Amino acid sequence: MSIASFAPLAVVLPILGAALTFLLIRHSHAQRAVSIALLSLTLLLECWLLASVWGGGTEAVNIGGWLPPWGIVLVVDQFSSLMLVVSSAVSLAVLVYATGQGMADGDRDAPVSIFHPTYLILVAGVSNAFLSGDLFNLYVGFEILLTASYVLMTLGGTGPRIRAGVTYVVVSVVSSVLFLIAIAMIYGATGTINMADLAIKLAELDQGTKTLLHVMLLVAFGIKAAVFPLSFWLPDSYPTAPAPVTAVFAGLLTKVGVYAMVRTETLLFPGDSLNSALMVAALLTMVVGILGALAQSDIKRLLSFTLVSHIGYMVFGLALSSVAGLGAAVFYVAHHITIQTSLFLVTGLIERRGGSSSVDRLAGLAKLSPLLGLLFFVPAMNLAGIPPFSGFLGKLGLMQAGIGLGTPLAYALVIGGVVTSLLTLLAVARVWNRAFWRKPEDAEHPDPVLLAEAKDSATGHRAGKTNVTLLPRTMVGSTLGLVVLGVALTVFAGPLFELANQSAATMLDRSAYIESVLGENAPVPGLAMGGGK
Amino acid sequence: MSVNLTLLTVMGALYACGIYLILERSLTRVLLGLMLLANATNLLILATGGYAGLAPFFSKDTDPHAYNDPLPQALILTSIVISFAVTAFMLGIIYRTWVLARQDEIQDDVEDRRVAATPSFDAEDDAVIPVETSEFPLTMLGSDGTGVTDSPATVRAGGKTILAEDAALEEKPGSANVVPGPEGGVK
Repeated sequence: MSIASFAPLAVVLPILGAALTFLLIRHSHAQRAVSIALLSLTLLLECWLLASVWGGGTEAVNIGGWLPPWGIVLVVDQFSSLMLVVSSAVSLAVLVYATGQGMADGDRDAPVSIFHPTYLILVAGVSNAFLSGDLFNLYVGFEILLTASYVLMTLGGTGPRIRAGVTYVVVSVVSSVLFLIAIAMIYGATGTINMADLAIKLAELDQGTKTLLHVMLLVAFGIKAAVFPLSFWLPDSYPTAPAPVTAVFAGLLTKVGVYAMVRTETLLFPGDSLNSALMVAALLTMVVGILGALAQSDIKRLLSFTLVSHIGYMVFGLALSSVAGLGAAVFYVAHHITIQTSLFLVTGLIERRGGSSSVDRLAGLAKLSPLLGLLFFVPAMNLAGIPPFSGFLGKLGLMQAGIGLGTPLAYALVIGGVVTSLLTLLAVARVWNRAFWRKPEDAEHPDPVLLAEAKDSATGHRAGKTNVTLLPRTMVGSTLGLVVLGVALTVFAGPLFELANQSAATMLDRSAYIESVLGENAPVPGLAMGGGK
Repeated sequence: MSVNLTLLTVMGALYACGIYLILERSLTRVLLGLMLLANATNLLILATGGYAGLAPFFSKDTDPHAYNDPLPQALILTSIVISFAVTAFMLGIIYRTWVLARQDEIQDDVEDRRVAATPSFDAEDDAVIPVETSEFPLTMLGSDGTGVTDSPATVRAGGKTILAEDAALEEKPGSANVVPGPEGGVK
């Protein structure tokens, strides 16, 4: 019995937590304790899984004793366990932040008690999608996390949230229908939906059918990952949700789409038949996304556009389909989940302290709360890719891989990547200059809270409520934890990059994955490079 | 045994109607469109199971090829449950939209409209004489380092030339280009 047999617990524990917190819906303290305890337990378990496959190795678990390719399998390898650990660490930090916010505001409304069960179901869906070795189980994982995200997106049911929620739900349902159609067609063509089995059987199809199935999957995942022509929905819907919800969506949901794209490209359809198309999409995603960010004055919307833009970097690494490129993309995904989430959490704090998330109304925060300045500055510079942060290391890896490939399109991507990085710096520096450095008197229409005497920066007055804690310790603490995690990714970048490169090599080789699922004697097809037969 | 042409025709019709309906602005029609798309996909999954056959109850006397493929049916069951949940949720959202806005239509994004309507001129960044924010004012010099002349500073915005002061006013609340948010501030 290997350690990987405990992998299903990564899905089961959060669902158990959801059931328990739903029962405890009238007891908010017990609810908080249960959800934080179960999520910490899940994180510990996933760290254990990651440690067991750190040096290499892929393990598969057959659910319910059904043998593959008939039963459902969960596969633990370096990439999936790394994603599990990073996503659970981030979700735990956001959960602590959200409970801190709930306690500070004294919210005892019904919708907020729904938050804990829904949030844990979201985490279960994300874990299921990362672990799944079966295409339909991946679809179910997506649906679990999407349905939970619909509820979280429209939490409270205010006008703007409902308006944004409608767009989000319709776009997500359409992408899910596309994914389901693709699954049906793949099953019709090959007679299996086990991903390891598909890796063997899809190679036997003729090129036209293969390209059709490949494009359908990429479009479905591209909508979820917000790759350029399909990214229009994201900046519209994310910013209106509550701050912790936006943070966890920005960190995790798009990355699940990227994860599915990586599996599609490496396991199901290896070779480079669509790589040029992906490279063009990556370039446009980076540049169009960041140009959108420059036009925004609301920090949350600005960050949503940078999120779209930086998805381009991951697709860039994936499209190179070399060990160096894919390894850098894996590292970049881990880095970006942490950094983007911490930036959204800090924006939530900025909104509490400064009364607004619009840079037209904010001013002088660096003086009011130097800690807030530090919390924003470090991840912002990390996002822009200033050395020595992990954002710089990830981008450097991508550039090296792009130059290593040496085609004109790869050079265009390298140049686009550098330009995007500089424009990201410009976008976050504008936020910094306006929200943190200028004097409140210079703002166009500053929030009254900023002009008031700054005697005690931790308390202040809000309409209708006296002495609401503006920066509760739990919220600042969890944000600080994530920022420190981001810095730790820089400090331990050496071993992490090695892990990412190893996982990239294993994924491109495919034999470890297929043999762990189907047994030692499975016929592993060779790589069909160049799209030839 | 043959391919069931009726089912395939129905599937095509459902897809066509579904796509037509989700392009409407009315939310109820969009919901109906999503339901049709989900059902059309269920028929597609059923079609991938191959020819119709016996119910897949195991018995030793039956030829394995006579059975129907049970896997697509399991997939359809799952997808029916999922589309049921999503439909229920959508109905809730549509009802909420009706309660809040008394209309059954997709609404425009206010912030999108605001960004689109904002002139490319930014009072702080683009003024000929910069709006002074530093503690060491450069009152005697223009941004290009030359002395300030008597004629008032102008900027080009929207195809015509306007005074810099007027352009700066455009950015203030109360001007036609700044739509107040629902909570009073500019959102």
